[in-house]
This record gives sequence, structure tokens and C-alpha cells, in this order.
Amino acid sequence: MNNILQLVWLIPLLPLVGFVINGLGRKSLSKNLSGIIGSAVVLASFVLSTLVFMQVKSGTTASLQYFNFLELSKLKVAFDFKIDQLSSLFLLIITGVGFLIHVYSTAYMHDEDGKDFAKYFAYLNLFVFSMLLLVMGGNYLIMFIGWEGVGLCSYLLIGYWFRNTDYTDAAKKAFVMNRIGDLGFLLALFWLIAKVGTLQFDEVFSSASLAKLSIKDITGITLLMFVGATGKSAQIPLYTWLPDAMAGPTPVSALIHAATMVTAGIYMIARSNALFSLAPLTQTVITVIGLATALLAASIAIKQNDIKKVLAYSTVSQLGFMFLALGTGNYVAAIFHVMTHAFFKALMFLGSGSVIHAMGGEQDIRKMGGLHKHMKITSITFFIGCLAISGIPGFSGFFSKDEILSGVFSHNVVLYSLALFAALLTAFYMFRLYIVTFTGSFRGTHDQEHHLHESPKAMTIPLIILAVLSIVGGYVGVPEALGGHHELALYLTPVVKSAEHHLTHGTEYTLMVVSTFLVLISILFSWLKFRNYKIEADAKGFGKILQNKWYVDDIYQLLIVRPLQNVAGFLNKIVESKIIDGAVNGVGKLINYGSRQMRWLQSGQVGAYVLLMVIGMLILFFIQLFL
Amino acid sequence: MDIKAYIVLSLTLFTIGIIGVLVRRNAIVIFMCVELMLNAVNLLLVAFSKMHAISNTAKLSPTFASDAQIFVFFIMVVAAAEVSVGLAIIVMMYRNVHTVDVNFLNRLKN
Repeated sequence: MNNILQLVWLIPLLPLVGFVINGLGRKSLSKNLSGIIGSAVVLASFVLSTLVFMQVKSGTTASLQYFNFLELSKLKVAFDFKIDQLSSLFLLIITGVGFLIHVYSTAYMHDEDGKDFAKYFAYLNLFVFSMLLLVMGGNYLIMFIGWEGVGLCSYLLIGYWFRNTDYTDAAKKAFVMNRIGDLGFLLALFWLIAKVGTLQFDEVFSSASLAKLSIKDITGITLLMFVGATGKSAQIPLYTWLPDAMAGPTPVSALIHAATMVTAGIYMIARSNALFSLAPLTQTVITVIGLATALLAASIAIKQNDIKKVLAYSTVSQLGFMFLALGTGNYVAAIFHVMTHAFFKALMFLGSGSVIHAMGGEQDIRKMGGLHKHMKITSITFFIGCLAISGIPGFSGFFSKDEILSGVFSHNVVLYSLALFAALLTAFYMFRLYIVTFTGSFRGTHDQEHHLHESPKAMTIPLIILAVLSIVGGYVGVPEALGGHHELALYLTPVVKSAEHHLTHGTEYTLMVVSTFLVLISILFSWLKFRNYKIEADAKGFGKILQNKWYVDDIYQLLIVRPLQNVAGFLNKIVESKIIDGAVNGVGKLINYGSRQMRWLQSGQVGAYVLLMVIGMLILFFIQLFL
Repeated sequence: MDIKAYIVLSLTLFTIGIIGVLVRRNAIVIFMCVELMLNAVNLLLVAFSKMHAISNTAKLSPTFASDAQIFVFFIMVVAAAEVSVGLAIIVMMYRNVHTVDVNFLNRLKN
């Protein structure tokens, strides 16, 4: 057992092997085989990750250096992995949730052609590989490789059904938005190289290199890193790609756009907490952006009618909560929420996938209703997910959200009340979604009703496992006020500074009771409003603004996309076709015309040649004699 | 006699030859004009040779004065050979196209 850390290189390598096999053999492998290969490699990684986690839990961490990745005059970057408390926890989440989603996908994607099926698993394996590289990397460059890799896989998987133009547009949007953020991250890395001369985590965070950085440097670097995080983790102003990313297959939304990739920004900031703690300005910015995102996305989610769009905005909103925690210096709470969110949001996305599967591709909740009768397992597990995300005591979301909220409370009461309001909105729209979808009477067509069925075991078993995790996942972080020890905080202590709580246990009790009480009222309100749900006419007034997502997409379209397209059109129509093509074609035309004129010299008349010869000689004669 | 008279004569002959080549279309006449130009040059060569022979530099070499005159004979021999080839071509041309007009054959193809 002692040398299990020597085998960590296998953890990312196995999904890469799966990618190569499925990618190259996509035409010859049978569906079952590619599904088994795709899932098995992730399962093997999960087993290894569990062993590594055990090892790390007993107190052994490691920095493993494999080879020199980049060697420039002064800058040396090794290909190294850092296995510590933070990365081993993420390894567990990624491979564990990832494995369940792979299994689920074997059933969900079963209608695809064999070739496309294997392609899907190849992309999914490549994603897991990149994500593992991202969290295992021992320096910012390796992290950046994974960072770009997950962006690429996200693009590939959103555009998986590439024959649909809307879907490929969504994929492009996600890629471009991510690239904007990546540029910020890259600039931060250059800044670090210029000032510190290394990208290795241990060296950057050592007090010697922190001393080399002025407060301006740190603020600049952390702000640029945060720009990278807003792109990858869908925060204002770069969040609009995530709801559109729902164009991809539902398991992809669960894995990439809920559980893992979008938490990369949080991982990066938690990893760099030594830097971020020194930049109060950046922390304020993160707090404000996180809270604003949480509120904005939650308000949009209230009025969405696409089951996946509601979940997508919910994800954006929850990511906002995590950034709120990061901004208030409560890194443990953010990581805790990443973990519980991975469980219940993956659960709900897979549940929505199960619903979409039963409805034959229909995603509009106005055409659903009363599904509880037909698909009990999906309904119950989805209900558990709703309870968890709403923060009902006893479920995982309660512990993590409560920790974030109490951290914010000790910071600023106004921020706390706004965050609490966002949490109430969360409970409201989540139960709206549940009530409209699963209770009442069916509103779809007769054919659809006849077709309703519970999903196969490969889909329900992951749902059940995730539901169990959504319940028990919170008990690793029971706060001291409730008689726990907060095992997660203890576990993460070597890597992440825990927030200093100034709150007495009494205050914490009060906060919990208040938030629980308000959440219950919010749920009750939701139930009263939607229990007799009828398809409503298009909303008016404020509701219309919410339904249209605050018109943010339209504003971006007007302010950024259109002007850019106009510039591109100008360059295409005027500069390219007139000026550049004109110059090139002009040279050709000139030579053509000149040659046509010169042709008359070659008349074939012997006399003319002789005359020219004589004239030429006379000219030479004159030059010789008189010049 | 003054050398200038020879130069004027051969220039006149040469110019007549050139103009003949330029303006006439009959291949035989053009051929004759070419011969005229050739002989104008020959005449000039002999005239200059004679002029040098009576100057002082002739004493440097015994063959100096006669070089150009021998040269002229060679040119006449070569010209005679060339005339036979040229006339043969004109005869062949006449046999093929029944004319000796040089402008008639103005194309490389067909």
C-alpha cells in the first residue's frame, strides 16, 4: 500500500488509453464493447483514486516529477503531479461521478449508431483525462493543459449532434467564451513567470516568492486568474454559454456542465488560496460577482420552461454561491459545496435525462406533468436532489450551503440577506420544476403518455447511488454547532486555510433555523402556486424580462457580436475582395493586357522583323557615335 | 584616291541593299539585295586594306597589307556557297506554293 502514490500516473493514463481505443476503433468496436471499455477505464481510475485517497488521508502526500516538460533559458517547467488533500478529493469526485455517468450513458445513448456511440465514449474519456490532468498538475502549466483540454472536450460534446446548426453554434459559443477567460488565465501565468520565474505550486506559494510580489502584482495576477475562472465556471459576464451548452447529450451536461468542468475555476482559486488571501480587492470582486451571478441566474431559472435550462441556470447560480464562499475566504465551504453540488446536480441532470428519455426527447416541462406515477425511481431520486439543493436539514446541500451562508454572515449582513434570498429562489424554482414535471396530470400527447416508462437499470442505479450520496455526502462536514467535527475542514487543513469563524454556536443555530424556516415557506409557496399548473400564456412585464433571461444574450448580440460581424463583413467585402483581390487580380490583368499588346510585334512578316532590326542597329549606331 | 569616296560608295550600296530588303517582297530580289550589302562590306574591307598598306605601320609585318584582300576572297567563296543554298530554298518554296512572295509564308503553323 505504501507505494500506491507511485502509481498515480495510471489514473489519468487509463482514460487516455480508453480514448485512444474507442477513438481509433470506433468503426470496428461493437456498442457494448466500447461502452464497457469507456466505463471500465474510469472505474479503474476510480479504484486507484480511492486507494490514493486512503493513502493521503493517512497523511502521506507527494509531489511526483516525471520529466522536463519545457526548458527555456531561465524557465524550467517539469511534468509533475501534486497529490495532496485537495487534488485527491477532486480525483474521487471526478472519477466517481464520472464512472456513474459513463454507466448511465451506455443506456442513454443506446439509440446512436455504433460509430457515433464509440465517438461519444472517446470524447467522454478524453474529458476525464483532461480533467484529471487539471487537478493533478503540480504546476500551473500542467493545470493549463488540462484546462484547455476540458474546454476542447466540452466543445466537442456540446456539438456532438453536429448536424444541427443550433447545437454547433452553442458549441462555438461555449468555446469562444471559454477562450476569453483562458486568455486572462494565460496572462496571469505570464505575469507570474515574469515576476517569480516559476509556475510550480510549492515554489510560487512559498514565502520567498510571495515576497517578490508587490500588492499590485498579486491583485493583478489574481484578477486575471479570476477572469479565467469566470469563463470556465460560468460567472458574470461570461456565463451565457452554460445554458446554451445544454445542447449536448444530457449525461454530458451532468458530467461537464454540472459536476466537474465548471468547478475547475473553483479548484484553481482554492489551489491558489495563498495568493488570493493576499488580495483583498480581488476577494471583494469575487464576492460581488459570485453573489450577483447567484441572484441573476436564480431569477432567470424561475421562468424557464426547458427542464435542462432550469438546471443549467441553477448550476450557474450554485457556482455563484461557491464563488461567494471563495470571495469571503471560506475556501473549505466552497470545496464542500463543489462536492455536494456534484452529487445532487449530477443526480438531477441524470434524472432530467431519464425524463427526456421517457418523453421521447421532449424537454418542455409545460408538456409534462404527473410523471411520478410512471417513473417512481426517477421521481423519488429527483425529489431527494431538490431537497438537497434547497438545503433541507439532513440533506447534503444543507450543510454546505449553511456553511457558506454563515461565512457570509460573519462578513457582512447585507450580503448575507441577498445570498439567503438567492437560496430561497433556488428552493422555489427547484420545487416549481419538480411539481410541474412530476405531479398533477399529464399534459403531453396521447402517444407520449402511452410511451412513458421507467428507464432501464443502467440509468436508475446511478440515480439511486447519487441520491444516497446526496443525502449522506453532507455528513463529512457537520459543523461544530451541531456536534460534529467538520471532518472535511480537518482533512483539508494542510492545503487550505479554513475560515476563522467568529460566530457563536447560538448565532449559528439561529441562522440555521431562520434559513430552514424561510426555505420551507418558499417551498410551500411554490407548491401552492404550481400544484394546479396549467399552461400559462406568455408572461408579461417583469416575468417577460425573466423569461428572456434579462435580455443579456440580446445585449451581447447587439453590443459585441453584431459590431464584430459588421467589422468582419467590412473586411470580407471591402478589404479582402476589393483591395487585396483587386491588387492581385490587377497585376494579372496588367500582364495579360500587356502581353496582348506585345503580341502584335510577332506578326510573322519577315519585313517587319528586318525593319525592327535595322531600327535597333541604327539606335545603337547613334548611341555609339553621339552619346 | 581619297578613302572617303570608297566609304561613300559602299555606304550607298549598303543602304540600297537595306532598302531593297525592306521594301521588296520578291524573294529573289531580296536575295540580290542581301548580296549587294555583302559586297558593299567587301568593298570597304578592301579599301581600308589598301589605305593601311601605304601607311607606315605596314612595315611592321610583311603580310599586313594583303590580309584583308585574302579575306575578301574567302568571303566571296562562302557567299557563292550560300547563294546556292538560298536559291535552292527559293526553288523549293516556288514548287510548294507557286510564288516567291516572302509575305505569303507568314505563319509557323499550317
